[in-house]
Amino acid sequence: MATDVVVAVLMIGGALMSLAAGIGLARFPDLLSRMHAATKPQVLGLLLFLLALAVENGTWLLVPVLVLCWVFQLLTSPVSAHMVGRAGYRTRHLRRDLLTLDELDDVVARAAAGEAEAHESPQPDPAAGTPAIGGPVPVDPAVVDPAAPRAPGGTGRRARRDRA
Amino acid sequence: MSRQRIPLITELPLVVWLVLVWGALWQDFGVGNLAFGAILAYVVVNFFYLPPVELTGRFNVLWLIPFLGRFFLKLVTASAEVFWLALTRGSRLRNAVVAVTLRSHSDFLVTATGHAISLIPGSLVLEVDRSTSTLYLHCLNVASADDAAAIRRDVRATEAWLIRIMGSRDDLAALRAEGVRR
Repeated sequence: MATDVVVAVLMIGGALMSLAAGIGLARFPDLLSRMHAATKPQVLGLLLFLLALAVENGTWLLVPVLVLCWVFQLLTSPVSAHMVGRAGYRTRHLRRDLLTLDELDDVVARAAAGEAEAHESPQPDPAAGTPAIGGPVPVDPAVVDPAAPRAPGGTGRRARRDRA
Repeated sequence: MSRQRIPLITELPLVVWLVLVWGALWQDFGVGNLAFGAILAYVVVNFFYLPPVELTGRFNVLWLIPFLGRFFLKLVTASAEVFWLALTRGSRLRNAVVAVTLRSHSDFLVTATGHAISLIPGSLVLEVDRSTSTLYLHCLNVASADDAAAIRRDVRATEAWLIRIMGSRDDLAALRAEGVRR
């Protein structure tokens, strides 16, 4: 009887997490906010369901398998969320008007500019937004070479942070 | 075969973990099964050339328990918060992409921190700058610079916990020095 109550509470909790994910998917405005709704309650929701299973089953032998289920979920879910989020950001599947602050924008723009310059001729392209002073524009080595050490907090990022 | 040899002692946690996985999957923790699992684990660790995981060689269980408590507490409160935001805010949500510079330059710790942050609802790692150990997080419901500062503090606090649990001695010393300065 007591275990039934515990199991019922745990399962309702888990179901509520799934409900939260569904409502979030429907109501949040863009891809990245929906990612939060879709991927996050699975951590707690799955935990509650697995706990319900452990309590209902009552044998200790099942517990390691359930722990393993949850641990693998913990290990893999942030990776998939990161990959989708990263791809979504790079392909601009997000609404920038909803962002109050974007400290990645400058970094990506600078990296893209650096890449473009590295591929093209040393003559700077005025259309790319770089001022043509004559001669090759000095490129921040850190932008071209990701392994090179960079001053903590790039200048562009810092300026943006202060403005916000 | 060019892979550098890793001393057994730093490899041991991985082998133990694989043996535990083996036992859990078979639901049999008998000596014979575990011994066979240990042989398999040793073979797997030595013959499958994944990039070696560079563990730091220290692990403090005493810090792990409060960290797990903090993690679960945040997990529950943040899940409830995302639920509440979905119900009440919906499409009027304001988000932000926040850059957080971490102290540690160990890949292992940066990954662990990113994972712990990603698992807590409301934050998502968009991009990692490995050269500067900077995480770029997408965070729900950030309206002002104060909110962003709070997120930065929180992430660095999570990293500090992880350094205390399994950071290298250098990172730990740096963390202690920082605490003294403050």
